[in-house]
Amino acid sequence: MKPMTFIATAVSALAIGSAAFAADSITVVSWGGAYTKSQVEAYHKPFVSKTGINIVSEDYNGGLAEVKAQVEAGNVTWDIVDLELSDAVRGCDEGLFEVIDPSVLPPGADGTPAEDDFIEGTITECGIGTIVWSTIFAYDTSKMDSGPTTIADFFDLEKFPGKRGIRKSPKANLEMALMADGVPAGEVYEVLSSPEGVDRAFAKLDTIKDSVVWWEAGAQPPQLLADGEVAMTTAYNGRIFNAFAAEEKPFNIVWDGQVWDLDLWAIPKGTPNKEAALKFMLFSTETEQLAAQASWISYGPARKSSSPLVAAYNSKPDLKMAPHMPTAPENFENALQNDFEFWADNQDELNERFNAWLAQ
Amino acid sequence: MAGLPPYATTGERVWYYSFRVLCGLIFLFLIAPIIIVVPLSFNVEPYFSFTEGMLNFSEEAYSTRWYADIVRNGMAAPDAEQGWWADMWQNAQWVRAIKNSFFIGIFSTLLATALGTLAAIGLARSEMPFKGAVMALLISPMIVPLVITASGLFYAFSQIGLAKTYPGIIMAHAVLGTPFVIITVTATLVGFDHSLTRASASLGADPVRTFFKVQMPLILPGVISGALFAFITSFDEVVVVLQLADPTQRTIPRQMFSGIREQISPTILAVATILVIISIALLATVELLRRRSERLRGMSPQ
Amino acid sequence: MADITAPGPRRSLTEAPQRSAETSGPLLAADGTPLRRKLRQALFVSRMRAMGLATPLVLFVLLAFVFPIFVLLWQAVYNDTFEDGMPRTTELLAEWDAISDPDEAMYAAVITDLIEARDRERALPTKVGARVNREKSGSLSLFKKTNRRAQRLEAPFKEAMVDLDKKWGDIEYWRAMKVASQSVSPAFVASALDLHYTADGTFEWEDPKRQIHLKLFLRTLEISLIVTLATIALGYPVAYLLATLPARVSNLLLILVLLPFWTSILVRTTSWIAMLQSQGVMNDIFVWIGITADDQRFSMIYNKLGTLIAMTHILLPFMILPLYSVMKTIPPSYVRAAKSLGATNWTAFWRIYAPQTVPGIGAGAILVFILAIGYYITPALVGGQDGVMISNIIDDHMRKSLNYSLAAALGLVLLVFVLFLYWLYDRIVGIDNMKLG
Repeated sequence: MKPMTFIATAVSALAIGSAAFAADSITVVSWGGAYTKSQVEAYHKPFVSKTGINIVSEDYNGGLAEVKAQVEAGNVTWDIVDLELSDAVRGCDEGLFEVIDPSVLPPGADGTPAEDDFIEGTITECGIGTIVWSTIFAYDTSKMDSGPTTIADFFDLEKFPGKRGIRKSPKANLEMALMADGVPAGEVYEVLSSPEGVDRAFAKLDTIKDSVVWWEAGAQPPQLLADGEVAMTTAYNGRIFNAFAAEEKPFNIVWDGQVWDLDLWAIPKGTPNKEAALKFMLFSTETEQLAAQASWISYGPARKSSSPLVAAYNSKPDLKMAPHMPTAPENFENALQNDFEFWADNQDELNERFNAWLAQ
Repeated sequence: MAGLPPYATTGERVWYYSFRVLCGLIFLFLIAPIIIVVPLSFNVEPYFSFTEGMLNFSEEAYSTRWYADIVRNGMAAPDAEQGWWADMWQNAQWVRAIKNSFFIGIFSTLLATALGTLAAIGLARSEMPFKGAVMALLISPMIVPLVITASGLFYAFSQIGLAKTYPGIIMAHAVLGTPFVIITVTATLVGFDHSLTRASASLGADPVRTFFKVQMPLILPGVISGALFAFITSFDEVVVVLQLADPTQRTIPRQMFSGIREQISPTILAVATILVIISIALLATVELLRRRSERLRGMSPQ
Repeated sequence: MADITAPGPRRSLTEAPQRSAETSGPLLAADGTPLRRKLRQALFVSRMRAMGLATPLVLFVLLAFVFPIFVLLWQAVYNDTFEDGMPRTTELLAEWDAISDPDEAMYAAVITDLIEARDRERALPTKVGARVNREKSGSLSLFKKTNRRAQRLEAPFKEAMVDLDKKWGDIEYWRAMKVASQSVSPAFVASALDLHYTADGTFEWEDPKRQIHLKLFLRTLEISLIVTLATIALGYPVAYLLATLPARVSNLLLILVLLPFWTSILVRTTSWIAMLQSQGVMNDIFVWIGITADDQRFSMIYNKLGTLIAMTHILLPFMILPLYSVMKTIPPSYVRAAKSLGATNWTAFWRIYAPQTVPGIGAGAILVFILAIGYYITPALVGGQDGVMISNIIDDHMRKSLNYSLAAALGLVLLVFVLFLYWLYDRIVGIDNMKLG
């Protein structure tokens, strides 16, 4: 039975091969595409060469479901996760993440103690911040001569016909809908707290619903724009920047009505690799690594000491990063910060309403 | 419809040819999408469509960069001279997916084939009690919607620590593969001439000997094609893997699934092309086995 | 094959000696035992042998397939989140008539239970709140808020809690808790059918803004039906051609049917994206031959149309193969005979040929329909919003909202329907007549 011997040998070789990479490696979960790439360049590669701990990179599209499933089943395979602030807070409330003692954070490169160096709100009970990012909308300048300028234009199908790309989630969309409907940024969450406000936001979304292409992964919007599937799309600002900087796509960002947010690292409770994950968390949130990341993608670093180190896009010394950051003064005029408390409280309910609305 | 008789009317002629054109179009519908991925996978541009250069057959429009990407994607240092092979074997995402697919596929096939063949032989005996009910039970993994199977396995396996483990996935795939083994092996047993076993018994062979010397060689083609079906079932399965596998246990289809959902690049087309070649090879094997089996059992190919 | 009580000879073997035993003495075998018993023994042994061969797989399928599905589906009618987290409240709610105002004891029980639950497991109050939230939205934030302050509240609890949040004074929240406190309940199955199970034990329609499942079931049926009809329309001519061509040619053409069958579903879905997207092959051709303008390309993917096209392509071989195997057995002489008796081509086909292919259509149609109705991958990848099917929602509840009970309830409804079709298939075609390739 020679073929059988061959198969047996092949199989055992594969088994050994599969087992080999299980040892001494952590699974780092993030949002994929250009964003994960920036983390791989700025965090993963120096971390691997410094510590010898291997990194398995996994993509997801946000949310707590997977972590919750893993923690509840007592089968944690994700070692560290990149989360939106509201999910980090909610997950911490629900006991899904390890509590981090902020005193272990090293001071900034200029010697500022960590608690002063990190931007306010980026150190939470379970999560340590990495970036400031924003949900904006963008269009292809080669296909639109006089492009949209305000968030209201995004919802105006008459003035700007064509499909719209929108993230398949109520978060940021309800806010944008209200701002387009004339609600000032400062009052958005007040309005959203009442049932009538939610109805109003959905009614605004209703006006463009038939022209919407829904996306889930952050890598999709630039693709949708490039393929001409949509005329404009909401997106994470860094993804549009990346398409513009690395692939020289003629995309333009409309900053009016941007909804900005923070991303944090958190460690799922009960991971067998807690120590390595914590090591990675501390390493990646050091001044230099955060600054290095900001030279790959236009997200603001969470440490103040990183900002002076951020100059230009890694491969193009002429392309300064500062004007492309969500927090640049000219971009920040009509900006809204995502209210993590509102979403931590209302996410389930609004998700359900949103799904039913989608199916109607 | 074999050929047109000389006395056919004009109407019949028109119908005859338009029918063939219609069938030709349907065949085109069946096969074109599979063929189209092959040239597209050699596109130098990161798009899913034919560029002008490709249509003009200019050399610069074609490249094998996406095939190189299959092994490079995920590597720590794809351009390093030293340790390239080890790096590729350990870290390249697609290589890991390929390893996982074969590892899971081979073990689940062995399990499915062993259990399925035994059961098919039992079921083919006329003395088998509750034959209909047992058959219905054993075929049901093919019928029950995969999402329900996957959800059930995930839920139950989570509670006994089998979720997110290789044995869990292998068992799940084996269950999904057994109906195919049963169907193909039963098909070879239907035409099985029982006087052969009686002849063997009358010549003094015990049942075990009869099985290995007479029955087994005759049903072997059915067993092997059943095994191939079981393998392709596991090799192509993604719904169970979505729920049961952790990131390091991703298989090829799982990797393609997230590729299509998240970052659609021609690398997927390159992988698809390789898979098409694999399926052509498997199809050819199954066809050859089927003909061999028909010949062995004395059926003439028509 | 539907006949389970199997072949005739066995019965006559066991019955015949019985009859003869009544008239003459018992027949004896060579070793002196009555032939009847001997035969029964032999039959028993061979039955056991047949069963023994099938047993390992039967056990395997039961353990690794039937049992897990059963465990999951059990969640559709059994969910003890509330009872487990709030035992005292559960007891009081069971006695409560769901009409009168809740008394102080019930308010106090909620606080005691919440504090105890939190001590046991930090996330438990949130879980309980999420369960109640299924019955009445707003309960989750109520539970979270109360949980945060529970330690600081003092008797009388009724006043303190209504003070904390006026929702505690609203009887609707208590009625929702009463429903949630019943561990065995039809609430989830009802919810899978867009019904709401109330504390009075009656059912009412869900708020139209939250109705979603019936619509999805109907859409799933609609898509499956269209796909089935499309595969019949496309499969019938091809199967007819294959069955009437000489074997050598038809064997060659059969490869064109079998190759898609053997090709990964992911590959086929990918290639349909390449074919149908707006900068894809089909749209390029349409623009090139002038059917549409460059800026008015058709959207054929990420919607229902894309799902329909890709699913038809993927399931077409499952229609062609059974049709072909039935058509191959129809003697061409029947049609010739009809024609020689004066039938037109159409009459000969419609009255003579077509009726004989009905079993093939039936087999193919049920098979395609069963496979289509549980379809997941293609709608998930190219379905966009209006191409989503019930399987996708089940998966969503399993992996995103983690509402296992609702996923189980939806799965139960789907499974019952599929098993009915399976039974139908068995009655009409017979499972052991299933062939591959």
